[in-house]
Amino acid sequence: MIIAEQKPFEEIKSLVGAAQKVLVVGCGTCVTVCFAGGSREAAILAASLRMASKLNGDPKEVSDVTVQRQCEWEYLDSIAEQVSAVDVVLSLGCGIGVQAIAEHFPKTWVVPGLNTAFLGLPAEQGVWVERCAACGDCILGLTAGVCPIARCSKSLLNGPCGGSQNGHCEVNPDIPCGWQLIYDRLKALGKLEMLYEIRPPKNWRTSRDGGPRKIVRPDLRLSEEE
Amino acid sequence: MSGVKEDTQIVAFCCQYCAYAAADLAGGLRLQYPPEVKIIQIPCTGKMDILYALQAFEEGADAVMVAGCLPGDCHFLEGNYNAIRRVERVKDLLRMIGLESQRIKMFHISSSMASQFVRAVEEMLDVVEQLGPNPLRANHPENPKEMISEETR
Repeated sequence: MIIAEQKPFEEIKSLVGAAQKVLVVGCGTCVTVCFAGGSREAAILAASLRMASKLNGDPKEVSDVTVQRQCEWEYLDSIAEQVSAVDVVLSLGCGIGVQAIAEHFPKTWVVPGLNTAFLGLPAEQGVWVERCAACGDCILGLTAGVCPIARCSKSLLNGPCGGSQNGHCEVNPDIPCGWQLIYDRLKALGKLEMLYEIRPPKNWRTSRDGGPRKIVRPDLRLSEEE
Repeated sequence: MSGVKEDTQIVAFCCQYCAYAAADLAGGLRLQYPPEVKIIQIPCTGKMDILYALQAFEEGADAVMVAGCLPGDCHFLEGNYNAIRRVERVKDLLRMIGLESQRIKMFHISSSMASQFVRAVEEMLDVVEQLGPNPLRANHPENPKEMISEETR
């Protein structure tokens, strides 16, 4: 899922600026699970903004609403009326949610309340770690289910590098070496010989190097009659 | 408590298994505790939501106390430990908002600790005396004596 964290409160206040009516929009999917922008976080931020602005002598009207997914038009339709009644929408969705609101409500000023961090998972309670770089050409089948793009600090395809020390990365000793993990898992599964396979250079055009990406599925598209 | 205004309000979220029973016992023992405290019974301090505390402050509470079981004695095993973390989170939020973080505190009071409950309330009243009233209420033009709005009721 998409992992995000809330921006510093001071930054959020400056993004909201002088707007009097603010709608905090939470998202009920990824950012709810990572406790950054769900209905509770939206309510807490709205209450915090109300209190802070009142203490500042400039009380704002701050309300909150949470949609199931900010990244789908159908869910955004349900908040159209509330969005049209405010000066600014403070989105607690990921970067996709913020842009979906901007695109769906062209006349609305929308600002982000979160920093979208990475694609990952909750490793333990309160800890989220990166697992995927969305490179568009998955090689997990060659690397024992451990992604060298996301988990090697250098995204090496022929690691480990000389900076791998006792299973840890030279970038930060808290980071396990991605290639050490790959080696250990291949060894445990009796597939170490896979490392002898010579691989051609990775095609990075499927990643960001090819510009903004798009997928079109003709079988799912609606015909003009529909 | 001469510095405490008569409309001071302390909201106490009390676990029904311990602090609420301690407050009840204090009454039974005829121990006097400050009438400024408004006790809210909750099934466990693990039920204490961050939003409950924020709403209390937003509505004008001068202080919030969360009173749960002694460490290790939670009826639901670890609800009071969750409450400790949430109270710390509320303290962070209060600092962020511009209110004093001392306005909220976690207490551990078993059902037999009536006098400790009284002392906890007095301690929070001392905090309010030092900090003054919640500015969210004090700045209100009408400075409403009743802090809880009709809508919230």
